[in-house]
Amino acid sequence: MNWTLALPEIVLALSGLAILLAGVMQKRGQAFFSCAMMTLLAFVVTGVLVVISPDGTGYSHVFINDGFARFMKVLSLTGAALSLVLSVGYAREMEIDKFEFPVLILFSTLGAMIMASSGNLMTLFVGLELSSLSIYILCAFARDRVGAAEAGLKYFVLGSLASGILLYGISLAYGFAGTLEYAGLQQAVRGSAVLPAGLMVGIVFVLVGLCFKLSMVPFHMWTPDVYQGAPTSVTAYMAGAPKIAAFAVLLRVMAGPFGSMTPQWQLLIEVVSALSMVFGSLAAIPQGNIKRLMAYSSIGHMGYAMIGMAAGTAEGTRGTLVYLVTYLFMNVGAFAGIVAMRRNGRAVTRISDLAGLGRTDPGMALAMAIFMFSMAGAPPLAGFFGKLMVFYAAINAHLYALAAIGIVSSVIGAYYYIRIVKVMFFDTAVPALDRSPVSVSFVSVGMGLVTVFFVVGLGPVATAAQAAASALFR
Amino acid sequence: MMTQIVFYVFAAVLVLSATMVVCARNPVHSVLFLILAFFNAAGLFLIAGAEFLAMTLVIVYVGAVAVLFLFVVMMLDVRFAQMREGVQRYAPIGAAVGGVLLVELIMAFTHWRVAGNIGQITHLVPSSPTRTNTAALGDVLYTHYIFLFQTCALVLLVAMIGAIVLTLRDRPTGRRQNIDRQHDRIPQESLEMLQVPLGAGVAAQGGFLRPHDSYDVAAVPGTYGTEAWRAREAAEQTQTALVVITPAQGAKGQDDE
Repeated sequence: MNWTLALPEIVLALSGLAILLAGVMQKRGQAFFSCAMMTLLAFVVTGVLVVISPDGTGYSHVFINDGFARFMKVLSLTGAALSLVLSVGYAREMEIDKFEFPVLILFSTLGAMIMASSGNLMTLFVGLELSSLSIYILCAFARDRVGAAEAGLKYFVLGSLASGILLYGISLAYGFAGTLEYAGLQQAVRGSAVLPAGLMVGIVFVLVGLCFKLSMVPFHMWTPDVYQGAPTSVTAYMAGAPKIAAFAVLLRVMAGPFGSMTPQWQLLIEVVSALSMVFGSLAAIPQGNIKRLMAYSSIGHMGYAMIGMAAGTAEGTRGTLVYLVTYLFMNVGAFAGIVAMRRNGRAVTRISDLAGLGRTDPGMALAMAIFMFSMAGAPPLAGFFGKLMVFYAAINAHLYALAAIGIVSSVIGAYYYIRIVKVMFFDTAVPALDRSPVSVSFVSVGMGLVTVFFVVGLGPVATAAQAAASALFR
Repeated sequence: MMTQIVFYVFAAVLVLSATMVVCARNPVHSVLFLILAFFNAAGLFLIAGAEFLAMTLVIVYVGAVAVLFLFVVMMLDVRFAQMREGVQRYAPIGAAVGGVLLVELIMAFTHWRVAGNIGQITHLVPSSPTRTNTAALGDVLYTHYIFLFQTCALVLLVAMIGAIVLTLRDRPTGRRQNIDRQHDRIPQESLEMLQVPLGAGVAAQGGFLRPHDSYDVAAVPGTYGTEAWRAREAAEQTQTALVVITPAQGAKGQDDE
């Protein structure tokens, strides 16, 4: 019994409990800042533990730790820590200044980490529930706002339905193989000449449940409303760590247990990916609210990231992983800009509120412009390299149509990203936005630098992604 | 032979009571039939040799869930008649959906096949044939899947945090106690013992002495007895006071509107 494999998770869970206790002990309404700082510290410590954790399988094959799991865990922790920093500056204004907020972010991240190293469909489900349940609560955290309550309820009802479908799919897979372990499932699928329709239905249901969490296109309906209604820093979190974790399990399940039936599910992934890219870029065009725009943008980005998965090769997985890294950084950066959109102490979210930002606050306008160009995929910035690697993998896997759709939709998508840049620099100025707090500027500047100079770090990131991908396709 | 008879009895009662759960007019009867159904299902589990599941079913479902249902049905003013209004209209659609599902299930399970090499895949089995299934379930829950068990505990913790965060409100009129001062009080400070002569009544003694300021003594300073508190209390009184309505002719306390 090799329990130290899960040491990062255990440390994170215990520190979550300790922070909860510390929050209860302090005076009501004053514990937010100290708890948020303790949570950040816990994230850093856990990150270090993840990096030094050994490879192996533990807890009777429930838990796998390998290069892939480590990569995804570090990414989730980074996303969670950055969005927590974003929430500190405006906690009171967003009505999230309770000590439970960082604790819930912590537990949600813990769920994401458990998903990343699942070795069993049950681990997948339990981790997913831990992660999602915390997010449902976080969405409704500003409980006196109608929008937040609507977001929480909507996400909860639809998310429960998706979890039910996922669970049904898992039960069908269990009915086929008599085991939930990935290794056993893989053995069963490889050893059977004829695969029954029931197993196919099960795999499709598992895919549907996970695609819902990723807001891929036929299952994306909740995304704009939830993104708009939830407090902005929660939206920033939702677009990061949980998506990365869902991708982690999707890649692991599809490459591992169901890897030998790639031809059967490949078309499904291609269709979902193509639909997401096209819909994400077309539906974002008429949006006037920047949070809704980011929702459609994230639908599109998930579509691009899925191209790599559709390729079904280690190279494609590497592309997806690099894409997720670039997406995480530019997304958090863009949300830092959105969090800072305040006028006279009130949050504003219309795109027209950004008009003239180039003159009133050149620094923030420049940062936003960098993130928008990067999301559009302009060459020297981070987003370009992510797209390049997934398209390259798609071409090598002979998915020419998918690559073509991706390129066309990224051209269409560039329109609405660059429209924001146009509004900021060329429209007549409206009254200036409030000055942003140091924490938000820090994230904004930091992510801006990462996005601009990503090419410098591309080598190490791609190497790490390569190692992670080859751990899956061993 | 005997087992078969018992099986058919339990199964028949189970199906009948399940039907009655849906069909009974009175919701309280529905819940009672539900309890009967649970008991019979537990009997079926016993026949199948799953004694732990049978006992759990009775304890958890009858003991907690069904009683909770009963409370909900009896305490909350759920208009069941209103809920049933649409039945006539929606019944055909519901039946169609149910029929399609049934056909699909039949199709799925008649063509069901397990993996060809299922014998070579490792499965969890009890370590020895004499191990009771309570012990075997314990092995699975607390040894094999301890990681999942603990993660489930965290899921429940998160649910608890969520319930508190989303619903608990700090009421400004809350009467919080200063625990130390409450513990320091002794009866002699706030109460007085009177000698009341037989048959004389207590009016001559000044009536009953009530500890009118006792709460002031033990309350957190500034939370009770202040002018602001009085104003809030009065406002709340008018909002939440029960309105007494004289029953109209023929109405006997039931809402049969």
